[in-house]
Amino acid sequence: MDLNIFWFILLGVLLAGYAILDGFDLGVGIVHLAVKSDQERRILMNSIGPLWDGNEVWLVTFGGALFAAFPNAYATAFSGFYTAFMVLLFALIFRAVSMEFRSKHDSPSWRSFWDVSFSLASGVATLLFGVAVGNAMRGMPIGADMEYQGTFLDLLHPYAVLVGVFAVATFAMHGSIYLYLKTEGDLQQRIHGWMWRTFGFFLVLYILTTIYTLVDLPLATRNFHDHPWVWIVVVLNVLAVANIPRAIFLGRPGYAFLSSCATIAALTFLFGVALFPDLVHSSLNPDWSLTVYNASSSHKTLAIMATIAALGMPFVLAYTSVVYWVFRGKVQLGTLSY
Amino acid sequence: MDLSVLTLSRFQFALTIMFHYLFPPLSIGLGGILVIMEAIYLKTGRLEYEAMTKFWARIFGVNFAMGVATGVTMEFQFGTNWATYSRYVGDVFGSALAAEGIFAFFLESGFLAVLIFGWDRVSPRMHFFATCMVALGAFFSSIWIVVANSWQQTPAGFHIVGQGLRARAEITDFWAMVFNPSSMQRLAHTVIGAYILAAFFVMSITAYYILKGRHLDFAKKSFSIGLIVATVASLAEPISGDLQGKKVAQTQPAKLAAMEAVFHTGPGPTPLYLFGQPDPQEQEVRHGIAIPGLLSVLAYGDLHKPVTGLDQIPRRDWPPVSATFQAFHIMVWLGGLFVFLTLVGMCFLWKGTIFEKRWLLWVFVLAVPLPYIANQFGWMTAEVGRQPWVVYGLLRTSDALSKAVVANQVLGSIIMFAVIYALLFVVWVFVLDSKIRHGPDEIVTGPTPMALGGLLGIAGLRAGTGGPSLTGTDNAEETE
Repeated sequence: MDLNIFWFILLGVLLAGYAILDGFDLGVGIVHLAVKSDQERRILMNSIGPLWDGNEVWLVTFGGALFAAFPNAYATAFSGFYTAFMVLLFALIFRAVSMEFRSKHDSPSWRSFWDVSFSLASGVATLLFGVAVGNAMRGMPIGADMEYQGTFLDLLHPYAVLVGVFAVATFAMHGSIYLYLKTEGDLQQRIHGWMWRTFGFFLVLYILTTIYTLVDLPLATRNFHDHPWVWIVVVLNVLAVANIPRAIFLGRPGYAFLSSCATIAALTFLFGVALFPDLVHSSLNPDWSLTVYNASSSHKTLAIMATIAALGMPFVLAYTSVVYWVFRGKVQLGTLSY
Repeated sequence: MDLSVLTLSRFQFALTIMFHYLFPPLSIGLGGILVIMEAIYLKTGRLEYEAMTKFWARIFGVNFAMGVATGVTMEFQFGTNWATYSRYVGDVFGSALAAEGIFAFFLESGFLAVLIFGWDRVSPRMHFFATCMVALGAFFSSIWIVVANSWQQTPAGFHIVGQGLRARAEITDFWAMVFNPSSMQRLAHTVIGAYILAAFFVMSITAYYILKGRHLDFAKKSFSIGLIVATVASLAEPISGDLQGKKVAQTQPAKLAAMEAVFHTGPGPTPLYLFGQPDPQEQEVRHGIAIPGLLSVLAYGDLHKPVTGLDQIPRRDWPPVSATFQAFHIMVWLGGLFVFLTLVGMCFLWKGTIFEKRWLLWVFVLAVPLPYIANQFGWMTAEVGRQPWVVYGLLRTSDALSKAVVANQVLGSIIMFAVIYALLFVVWVFVLDSKIRHGPDEIVTGPTPMALGGLLGIAGLRAGTGGPSLTGTDNAEETE
C-alpha cells in the first residue's frame, strides 16, 4: 500500500469518525424542537454540551488533512462548492453560538429564537453534508484544468438532494438513540417512540438511495468487480441496519447505538469504495478526475504527515475516551450547564 | 470601486480574519492566566482562587466558542476563495495545518469540556491538568498557525515543482520549514501580544468591580495577577519587536521600507519617523517628526548604513505604504503606552496604594480596547506589508484566487458574513456583559457548611422565574 492510498483511507477514517460523533449531536439538533418545555430542551442540549465541540474538531481535522494530503481536491471541491459551503459554514457558526448563548439569558423569546436556530442549523448542515456526498458520488463537471465548471444549481441534482435527506434521516435516528441513552423517565419514554419513527424514516430513504445508486450510478459499484471482498461490508451494513430495530425491541439501546455507529461507518466505507481511486469524479471526462495520485501532495509531505498522525492519533483517541468517560451517564442539569 | 473577485476576496479575508482574531489572543493569554490562578488554588486550597478560576473559565469558554466558530471560516476560506493559493502551498502549509488539527485542536476542545463542565466530575488535580492542557492546546495552535504564516513571509525548506499555473511549492526539509527565518521571532511577538491583551482584559473587568465596590477580594487578587502578567509581557514585547524588526530588515526589505516609509536609500543614515503622513506619489513623508539615524541603528545596529528604500524595489512590488506605515506606528505607540501604564500601576501596587487611585483604575477599565487594536494593527503591518505577495517573492495575491468563483458569489458571502458577524458581536458583548454583571460565585464561609451547588440551587428556587428546573447560572445572577 502506498502513502496515497494510506491517506485516502485515513481521510475515510476521519470522515467516519466525524459522521459517527458529530452525527449524533447534529441528530440531537434535528429533533430538538420535538420537545417543548424549556427544561427538556436544556436536557437535550446538555446531552451533547461538553462533547459537540470535540466532535466538530474531527471535521476541522478532516478539512486540514484533505488540504494537506490532496490540496488539489481540497481547492477544487471547496471553490466548486462555494455557495453550498458558505451556507454550511453559516449553519455551523449558528449552531455553535446557539448552544453557547441559548441559556445565557432568561427570556422565552430569546431562548426559542436560539432553539429554532440550533435545530435549523443542525438540519441544514446535515442536509448539505449529504448533498456534498451525493455530488461526489455522481461526479462533478471538472475541466482539464481541475476547475469546477458548473453552477450552484447543478449541485442540487435530485440524487444529491436524496442523499442529503438520507443524511438527515440517518443523523436524526442516530441522535434519537443517543438521547435515549442519555435521558430518563417520562422524556426517555417519549424518545423511545422517536427511535422507531426516525428508524422508519431512515429505512425508507436507505432503500430509496440504494436503488437509485444501483440503477443510475454505475461508477459507484465499479470497484466491486475487482474487489469482491467489499461485499462483506455490504452484508455487515445490512446486518447493522437490521440490528437497530432488533436491539430497540429487545430493550438494549446501547446495542442499537453501536449498530447505528456501525451503519454510519459502513456507509462511509462504501462511499470511499465508490470514489476510489478518485477523490472527485469528473463527469465531463474520466481522465480529468482528481485521483489520489494527481491531486496529492508530494511523497515527502505524505510521509511527514503520516508521522504526525502516528504520533498524534493515540493521544487523540486517549483523550477523546477520557472526555467521554468523564461525561458518561445520564444528563444532569447543574450550575455549569448550558 | 472595482468590485472584482480579487478586491472582494481580499475584503472578505480581511473581514473574517480580523473578526476571528478578536478571540484567539484572549484564549491564548487567558489560558495561561487560568493556569496561574488554579495553581494558586491547588497550592493554597483557598476557595476564593477556585471561584476566581471558575469565573475566568466561564469567560474563556464563551470566548473560545467564538474563536472556534469564526475559525472554521478561515479553514474553509483558503479553499473556497483562494484555490490557486491552496494548490500552491498545500504541500508545505498542509503539514502545519494537519499538525495543528491533531496536536492542538483535539487537545483544546477535549479538555475544554473538562475545564468548563467537569468541576464536580473530576478531582481538583485532574481538573488542573485539564486547564494546563487547554492552555497548552491554545499555545500549540498559535505555534502552527504562526509557523504557516511565517512561511508565507520567509519561505524556506521547499522547492518549486511545475511551471506557470501548475507550479507549486513542495517541501524538502520539514524542520527548515518550521524554523523558517522569521517563525520563532514572530511566534514570540504574537504570544506576548496575546498575554498583554488577556491581562488588560482581566484588569479592565476587575478594576471596574473595585471602583463599584463589588467582589472586592476577588477583584483585587485578579487585578494584581493581571497587572503582573501585563507588566512582564509589556516589557518583553519591545525586545521581541526589535528582534523581529531586524529580521524584517534582513528578509523583507520592502516591508520595512513601507513600515517606515523609506522612499529613498541614503545617502547617509536613515531616520526613524515618530509619526507622519507618507505620500507615495510625491515619495515623501508629510507632517512628520523623525529621529536622525535611528532606523539604521535599529535595523542593522550600524549608524552609518542606510536602510534599503522603496527606490530599490520595482514599483509593482511595493506594499501599500500608508496603511503599513500607520498600522505599524499605531502598534508601536500603543506598545509604549502599555509599558508606561503597567509601570505606573506596578509603582502603586508596590506601595500598596493602587486600589485607592480611582483615576488609574478608570484608566485600566477604559484601556481594554487598546491591546485589541495593537494586536490587530500588528497583524495588519505583517500582512499588508507583505503585499503584493501572498507568498513573499513567489506567488502574487492576484494570482492566488479561485478560478471557479465569480464576484457575485463573493459579494453574497460578504453580506452574509457582515450580517452574521455583526449579530455575533452584539450577542457576544451581551453575554460577556451578563457574565460580568453576575461576577464570581459567592464563597460560602461561616457556621453553615453549605455546598456551592446547594446555594445556587436555592438561588434558582428563589428566583423562581422558570421553576426549580432552571438552576442555571442565570438565576444565580439574581443573588447579587
